[in-house]
Amino acid sequence: MSMTAAIVFWLIAWGINMQLARSGWRDHRLVRIFVPVLFGVTILVLWQAAVAAFDVSPVILPAPSDIAARFVAETATLREDFVQTVLKGALSGYVIGALAAFLTAIAIDRSRFLTAGLLPIGNFVAALPIVGIAPILVSWFGFDWQSKAAVVVVMVFFPILVNTVQGLAEASAMQKDLMRTYAAGYFQTLLKLRLPAAMPFIFNGLKIATTLALIGAIVAEYFGSPTRGMGFRISTGVGSLSIDLVWAEIAVAALTGSAVYGLVALIEKRVTFWHPSQRTK
Amino acid sequence: MGVQIVLGRLLPVLTILLAIVALWYAAVAPMNIRQSLDMAERAGAAVTPPDARERSNTSRWVLMANNPGEIARGYSLDRPRLPTPVQVGGELWKTTGEMALKGRAFSKRSLIYHGWITLQSTLMGFALGTLVGILGAVGIVYSRTMEMSVMPWAIISQTVPIVALAPMIIILSSQLGVEGRGLPKAIISAYLCFFPVLVGMVKGLRSPGREQLDLLQTYNASGYDTFLKLRLPASVPYLFTSLKIGIAAALVGTIVGELPTGAISGLGARILIGDQFGTPLAIWAALFAAAILAGILVTLIGWLQRKAMRRMGAGT
Repeated sequence: MSMTAAIVFWLIAWGINMQLARSGWRDHRLVRIFVPVLFGVTILVLWQAAVAAFDVSPVILPAPSDIAARFVAETATLREDFVQTVLKGALSGYVIGALAAFLTAIAIDRSRFLTAGLLPIGNFVAALPIVGIAPILVSWFGFDWQSKAAVVVVMVFFPILVNTVQGLAEASAMQKDLMRTYAAGYFQTLLKLRLPAAMPFIFNGLKIATTLALIGAIVAEYFGSPTRGMGFRISTGVGSLSIDLVWAEIAVAALTGSAVYGLVALIEKRVTFWHPSQRTK
Repeated sequence: MGVQIVLGRLLPVLTILLAIVALWYAAVAPMNIRQSLDMAERAGAAVTPPDARERSNTSRWVLMANNPGEIARGYSLDRPRLPTPVQVGGELWKTTGEMALKGRAFSKRSLIYHGWITLQSTLMGFALGTLVGILGAVGIVYSRTMEMSVMPWAIISQTVPIVALAPMIIILSSQLGVEGRGLPKAIISAYLCFFPVLVGMVKGLRSPGREQLDLLQTYNASGYDTFLKLRLPASVPYLFTSLKIGIAAALVGTIVGELPTGAISGLGARILIGDQFGTPLAIWAALFAAAILAGILVTLIGWLQRKAMRRMGAGT
């Protein structure tokens, strides 16, 4: 019964979304937020109804309402874990890794020999399951957040490095010739032509790295952490069958990750407004 | 001419690799000095400072300066903090080539066996993830409703730590009657793999500029023709770049899927077991085996990319 109601709700919601997407208000800020939210609410309604209709055990899949209740009850714990994993582990690692990769890319870009040597290696390392070094780095840097930051640094470094080097090669010969006819020096060409031209690539790397940073910080906690942190709470939560707390942690991670990703995407939009992919129509 | 190209490409890479190996060897001494001194002390050698607690408060460089005779010991430890490249290579050979020569390539102790298990899930997840990614991108480029409602959630899906979902996917799929660990691992790797393909394809399908789209409009091309003759070819470079990231992500997904779930076969399981039993050499060997596997897969896609781009007229 509840399942039928949920499916009817889903059909109505999709219809509203289609009307909104076709309507004249589709580029309005409120509509752009309302549409995905309604889609998400639909999925939550379907989830809630399915758990009730099929009588799913909370040990396997708790209902969204149970997770929300747990989220409210455990706010203090969740905040402590957030500070430990996101602010201390992931964020410091992300900033260090991104800065190091950016500076390395600019430094090696001046030497054709270094670029030719480092780019294939960087490409290769960026493709590796680097997260596997987590146990090694945890045993080197100890259980606290420093080892998580180290894992994150290594994970985000290579995607950003490779994207930045590729982006710096993006300016065409004709554009560079034009800069030369203006008698522009190396730094002027870099600042006014090559870095702006590289921005879509750099932001691509930065966006990939945001999600890698969270995954790295959480996986690293699985190999040892103080008695706080999202990864710690998740692995002990699965062990003690408090799955609703695990889902509450997942919700925190998802909210954090999308907020950071959204921030990076917002900056990208401001910086690379000229790129065809950013045009609204 | 050919020699010049090989030298021009290989020489820089080899130089950097040589520099990395040299750095690695140099790092082994300070990384392992404490352990070397503990071993030396147990073997009855005189060590300065003799007290173990005092040693742990002394910097590695001071320890090295005070005990120059014991530095060499760090290069042949059984369970080093940082093994030498030769030790890792030896362990790798012992668990792959040597076993293959003995005809036990698929024994449970061989990394070829574990690599094969990992490869199967990776390829399954890659196929699934690529399909979902491409279909999703086409839907997003052509349907406003899809773009507005699904794209934010595709992004959010990537921020969910898959490590947490991994045990749940396995519990759920066993509840639904799916046998074995192959499919759940493939789902996890498809989950990590579809996103780069989706993002790259959306960017690629939208890469034709206004003037190119206008040109097709003056040709009175249908939406289907515009897709097939302009958007799809224009997206191919983006697709291959994404596929390279995607297959690597699929491998990461499989290995992450093997890490926290108590799996006993697969390269990720070897890393986990190496961590639990305190055998760093096994971790390093499994890591390098995973690196070699990733290298083969990415090289394969890079080769396909060059073939495809050449057929499409690039680089002529």
